[in-house]
Amino acid sequence: MKILIPTPLRQYAGKQDAVEVPAQTVGEALSRLTAQYSDLRRHLYTDDGKLRAFVNLYLNDEDIRYLQKENTPVRDGDTLSIVPSIAGGCYYLAVGF
Amino acid sequence: MLTIRQSELDALRGHGEDTYPHECCGVMLGRMEGDERVVEAVARASNTRVDSPHNRYNIDPRELVRIQRESRERGWDIVGFYHSHPDHPACWSQTDLAEAHWVGCSYVITSVEQGRATVTSSFALAGTMEEDKRFVDEELRVLAAEAAD
Repeated sequence: MKILIPTPLRQYAGKQDAVEVPAQTVGEALSRLTAQYSDLRRHLYTDDGKLRAFVNLYLNDEDIRYLQKENTPVRDGDTLSIVPSIAGGCYYLAVGF
Repeated sequence: MLTIRQSELDALRGHGEDTYPHECCGVMLGRMEGDERVVEAVARASNTRVDSPHNRYNIDPRELVRIQRESRERGWDIVGFYHSHPDHPACWSQTDLAEAHWVGCSYVITSVEQGRATVTSSFALAGTMEEDKRFVDEELRVLAAEAAD
């Protein structure tokens, strides 16, 4: 399956925007990805091994939280997108302005 | 530095006027050239913070997946994001920083005062990872609509 690497993480994945890995589940795909590119691990996971809260994983168009999370089975041709959250707002202006 | 054509800058500023008094948000698509980002197009996104749209924004990751897919088909990358600050300065807030996770990308903010876009500023999210990220002022280079890169 193909894993799409977001812009901020490409420098840790050989500068690639996508990586192909063989896998049966989402979890296996991520394990293979971080085994191949070990620097990615600290950007995707906390020190206690949990996926960082701002990292969203989409299997094709579905959030894996609403599937079987990292146990979600994958098939040939599937695409896993790693999507860091995008949010913010003018609430709490920067100090010093 | 962020380079953008006048037409695309007008588009993202106009988005802020269209959504006033709520925050608008969207994605900037283009290419990375070393430390510089070149915008080819902007893509509007929906603000899912319907609970507090006047001072918060959030882009549904599912929408971003779609935008990214369409962008890849055109050979473009996501190079940054934009949003507006209704009746607030075009400066990043602590919320903006806390919720920014695309290190290496540009974050553009437009102040929309009484429904009119005024100042637009660009900030690069610098750092090596989540724990040392910071916003850095960056030059916003605007190209005339007819200019070729």
